[in-house]
Amino acid sequence: MDADVIIGGGGFVGLSLALALARKGLSVTVADPVTPSAAADAAFDGRVSALSYASLRMFERLGVGADLASEAQPIEQILVTDATLDRPPSPFSLHFDGEEIGGPLGAIAENRAIRRALYAAVARQPIRLIAPAAVTGCSVEGAGVRARLSDGTELSAALLVAADGRESRLREEMGIGTVGWSYGQNGIVATVTHEKPHLGTAYEHFLPSGPFAILPLTGNRSSLVWTEKTADAASLMRLEPAEFLAEIARRFGDHLGAVAHEGPRWSYPLRFHLAREYVRPRFALAGDAAHGIHPIAGQGLNLGLRDVAALADVIADAAELGRDIGTLDVLKTYERWRRFDSFAMGLTMDAFNRLFSNDIAPLRLARDLGMGMVDRIAPLRRYFMREAGGDVGKLPSLMQA
Amino acid sequence: MTDAAHPAAASTDPSVDPAEVAKFSAMAAEWWDPAGKFAPLHKFNPVRLQFIRETAAKHFGRTGLRPFDGLTLLDIGCGGGLLAEPMTRLGFAVTGADASEKNVKTARTHATTSGLAIDYRVTTAESLAEAGVACDVVLNMEVVEHVADLPGYLNACARLVKPGGLMFVATLNKTLKSLALAKIGVEYVLRWLPPGTHDWTRFVEPERLTGFLKDAGLTVKQTQGVSFNPLSWSWSLSNDTDVNYIVVAGR
Repeated sequence: MDADVIIGGGGFVGLSLALALARKGLSVTVADPVTPSAAADAAFDGRVSALSYASLRMFERLGVGADLASEAQPIEQILVTDATLDRPPSPFSLHFDGEEIGGPLGAIAENRAIRRALYAAVARQPIRLIAPAAVTGCSVEGAGVRARLSDGTELSAALLVAADGRESRLREEMGIGTVGWSYGQNGIVATVTHEKPHLGTAYEHFLPSGPFAILPLTGNRSSLVWTEKTADAASLMRLEPAEFLAEIARRFGDHLGAVAHEGPRWSYPLRFHLAREYVRPRFALAGDAAHGIHPIAGQGLNLGLRDVAALADVIADAAELGRDIGTLDVLKTYERWRRFDSFAMGLTMDAFNRLFSNDIAPLRLARDLGMGMVDRIAPLRRYFMREAGGDVGKLPSLMQA
Repeated sequence: MTDAAHPAAASTDPSVDPAEVAKFSAMAAEWWDPAGKFAPLHKFNPVRLQFIRETAAKHFGRTGLRPFDGLTLLDIGCGGGLLAEPMTRLGFAVTGADASEKNVKTARTHATTSGLAIDYRVTTAESLAEAGVACDVVLNMEVVEHVADLPGYLNACARLVKPGGLMFVATLNKTLKSLALAKIGVEYVLRWLPPGTHDWTRFVEPERLTGFLKDAGLTVKQTQGVSFNPLSWSWSLSNDTDVNYIVVAGR
């Protein structure tokens, strides 16, 4: 065989999995349609990602932490408010302080910085990265799976993992359906600079059209993740720079002084989806290929990394016992471990979004009182922080403290 | 993991009847289906694999994903190859012995599809010992409870262990608890095994078994209990040797 595991897709999930498996002594080949230099380009991906502290622990163990450290902004506190465009934020706000659980709540990093750190870590390991080339198909034959690459190569392995994103071609190739729905919302992403330092504070303003998050980046910069109804998002994307900045300012507030918009703006449609199956013989889905959730609490990447850590545990445990790592018996352990968790997290985020993306008076009152209550009860606050930090449930070994 | 065709690959031998091949492929599929007829064995397999791996790795001072490269292993009563295949992946050069020709053909068919080179033979421990075969590790898993002349059998097995090597003997204790659980519970209540699979009168107490092993010239290193937990529905190593247990002996 050419490798123990072939990974289709070299994004965060694919590269992290390659690192996690290589660390356990397995041979890994990753194929991705985008070359490292193209993927690290600023125009390729303008998004930022929230990394829970469980994810940061995992990156540390995978040798990604050192390269990322200078580019990741720790989140010291999170301030949640219910707001409208013409009313001041409700007095019932919610304040999460990292001090209460003994350290930062996580970190925010630009996707291209995470990608660069992952590529550097992969280059230090005996991992074969084939790019540009996509895995376009596969066939299971006896004790192996044969993967076909877009450049005409064929590779065999004991297991093929599809980490090829939400529109996963391999998922489709396998005939695995998804359940899901569109939110009718888009996430607009842009970077701003501001006069005053943010002190590591992340703000989440719940506006009737959807959450407006201000996420601290290194320096006097923040990333906006701004949820709008799809039609409104399209009009916002067409605005002249000065008008766009004015729309930002209306929502941003003046607590950080004057604000300026930096670089391009991006708009991404928001959907929820969950694959009906995560595994087939010699085949497994991971990350966005398996699930996609609302970005309301920045949990998407963390969920994907949790898949990676769980799958790496399951594969390494099987390999250590000399078991065939591609059998359904082995892979089902991963599916049982991860699929329900993704579903539960997806539904929670869905409920948050539905609860907050509206302007219905009784709901406003209920959620404001709810936030006020959580804000006043320390154990509840700590519970939410640990949940968001990814520190609850059965943790894979890479994420354990 | 490497590609390696079995030397006696059934499917390429012109003298082999295709109907035979189909029959043994079907049986191999049955042996290797974790939800099928041998489900209880699949459930039990990981805990014994882990015990063998850890004990042998410690004994031979080996680490890594293929810790046993360069060492030989004999699996007596290999059945469909549920232990022989993983042991091959862990680096051992494996010989699988079974008195049943059906089992050996089944195991061979499966090893071919798995791309693993395993030397399966229709033979017994006694004839292997006579032929002067000796391995670094001898697995004697769930066999002794089916043997009529236990001291004679264990004498032959002891000769199959190379000096400095290990033998693992897994079996069932002769207690009221094992009668209730392993015989009546497993065969008549849970129906994990067909009624009549085991004869309780042939179950053997750890003291008797270790006595025979010592008489055969081996040193007993460890007696390890293995228990089923009905709450988690899983097997694990335990201090309880009342029902299932494994003895490790060295030469």
